[in-house]
Amino acid sequence: MNALQQYIDLFKDNRSTIENGAPAVLNAQRDAALKALETVRLPRKGSEDYEATDLEAVFAPDYGMNLTRIAFSGDAAESFRCDVPNMSTCLYMCFNDSIVAGPNAVRNAGGVVVETFAQAAANHPGVLARYGSLASLDDPTVALNTLLAQDGLLVYVPRGVVAERPIQLVNIFNTTQPLMAVRRILVVLEQGAQARMLVCDHTQNKDVDYLASQVVEIIAAEDSVFDYYDLEESSPATHRVSSIYAQQAAGSNVLIDGITLTNGFTRNNYRISVDGEHAETTLLGMTIAGDKQHVDTHTLISHNVGNCHSNEMFKYVLGDQAVGAFAGKILVKEGCPRVEAYQGNRNLCASPEARMYTKPQLEIYTDDVKCSHGTTIGQLDQEALYYMRTRGISADEARRLLMQAFMADVIDGVRLEMLRDRLHHLVEKRFNGTLAACSSCQEACKGLRG
Amino acid sequence: MLIIKDLRASIEGKEILKGVNLTVRPGEVHAIMGPNGSGKSTLSNVLTGHPAYTVTGGEVTFGGKDLLALSPEDRAHEGLFLSFQYPVEIPGVSMVNFMRAAINEKRKYFDQEPLSASDFLKLMREKRAVVELDNKLASRSVNEGFSGGEKKRNEIFQMAMLEPKLSILDETDSGLDIDALRIVASGVNKLKSEENATIVITHYQRLLDYIKPDFVHVLYKGRIVMSAGPELALELEEKGYDWIKAQVDGE
Repeated sequence: MNALQQYIDLFKDNRSTIENGAPAVLNAQRDAALKALETVRLPRKGSEDYEATDLEAVFAPDYGMNLTRIAFSGDAAESFRCDVPNMSTCLYMCFNDSIVAGPNAVRNAGGVVVETFAQAAANHPGVLARYGSLASLDDPTVALNTLLAQDGLLVYVPRGVVAERPIQLVNIFNTTQPLMAVRRILVVLEQGAQARMLVCDHTQNKDVDYLASQVVEIIAAEDSVFDYYDLEESSPATHRVSSIYAQQAAGSNVLIDGITLTNGFTRNNYRISVDGEHAETTLLGMTIAGDKQHVDTHTLISHNVGNCHSNEMFKYVLGDQAVGAFAGKILVKEGCPRVEAYQGNRNLCASPEARMYTKPQLEIYTDDVKCSHGTTIGQLDQEALYYMRTRGISADEARRLLMQAFMADVIDGVRLEMLRDRLHHLVEKRFNGTLAACSSCQEACKGLRG
Repeated sequence: MLIIKDLRASIEGKEILKGVNLTVRPGEVHAIMGPNGSGKSTLSNVLTGHPAYTVTGGEVTFGGKDLLALSPEDRAHEGLFLSFQYPVEIPGVSMVNFMRAAINEKRKYFDQEPLSASDFLKLMREKRAVVELDNKLASRSVNEGFSGGEKKRNEIFQMAMLEPKLSILDETDSGLDIDALRIVASGVNKLKSEENATIVITHYQRLLDYIKPDFVHVLYKGRIVMSAGPELALELEEKGYDWIKAQVDGE
């Protein structure tokens, strides 16, 4: 079987439909994407970098796509209640695969641009031209996304502009038939620009199978500051394959935080290229998974120059038969002195059947650097549990408090205050099984509660 | 209040308690002394329900209930408290959340409404004063980065919050300087009443200068081998345990 073939056939049969209305800059990449796909296969479980994850199986079903771009409509206010209230954001909604400005969207002043690729093709073609400059077609899932992408969201912060309000994009799956959505984000920050972005994934129809293919490119120029928070609260039947690429110039400060509270299958790739001195990179992740949730993270932070600093920490709490995987590489190339790079992956297996696969890697070709990695997989501290119980705290509540405490430092790493407070609350709800997003799958949280 | 009859317990197959008998009535203070490895800490862990210990015989009734049949949390709700020899650090769980959970679970056990936020904070403030516990410590993670003395003070603070019927103080004097010892002991004495009782487990007479026992027991090789009034503690301080060991081992 070759799951890719159906997409290649689909593309060849419908190329003009796909390209019709899509910006030229997207169409210009399709030949290269097609060429890259014709000689590869999707990785199967057990292959290099996919020890626990079978992408062939994820892409094999015929999900169906919205090639003719029938506009999905939705009354955003009606159908969606944001889990991060009280946050005044510049809000955009992506219904399945169609982006629209959200209700009550508050725009940023000072020339911050948030628009669809279709709009950007007319208004900011020079910026949109950077589409595809980071995403690597060597990754078949990225090539597939590039082959089929028809639109996306551009965030462009011009030189020196500080976007006061966070930019929020809410991806929502809600159809009656299975669907594959091809989503794309391009972020361009010019010198000294600052912005924060929150992307939330939700699935409203929990009975339908979905596949989201997401590629994000972040280009951070000199001395720019950018936060990217990715909050996933989808359904057991939602599959997501996401790749985030970031390129950092000198003095830039980029934070990327991937949070999964509920999902079905998730593969998150992070590829960060540090190209300028005195750049700072923070890469954080938090996964809480029960039931048969599957969350696989793959990271590469490549230090291509000296005098830069990266800090990476991913934490997992797994219950029931959940499967977690983490593979992270820090690369310090030759001639990059005084790099400081730290990587951590800490995991709690709260049930006997939960599985965690982890593979930390340092690859260092320069002598004068400070780098470390640390990985742990364990259970809850039995002495702490006993201590709490002697104070009258029930075993369930004690476990919950300890699991929340385990996640506290990654939540505190969030630099967006409203989101940080909300995350403490959401995580508490997730652990006591009352998270709204999993109201239809109460069972999913059992292993984490008991 | 507490009646222990022929209590036997083991850990990893090794029998540590070999038939302990002890009765504690309301208002009493009992001191349990004994050489290292005699089973003092095991006794307190078995009474509070540490999962690593297995009770192999005997019975314990507490306030008329079969203590050994209760979970550790229900033992706490019924009024049993252990001040740990080595209080556990719990990074990421704030003292406030920890105490709120403890107080409200106890209230739930007795079908009471949870304490309001303001009443809870008022209670915290009031009880902190008992052991002169700094507000800063109360806002930190449980025991994390506390000095030895602060940890012990924190134990007595928790005792003040939970108002137990029976408190077991396991080597509460270890690791304390003389000032901290005085503060901790005075906290314990302030909490003492006609209705509650205390078991003080200690190596040394020193603590007993501050917390006056009504009875002193010597635990040796898993059994209480001698019980007497407070004068026994002074005698032990002077003569050590060898004469008791010789007496018991000679039998």
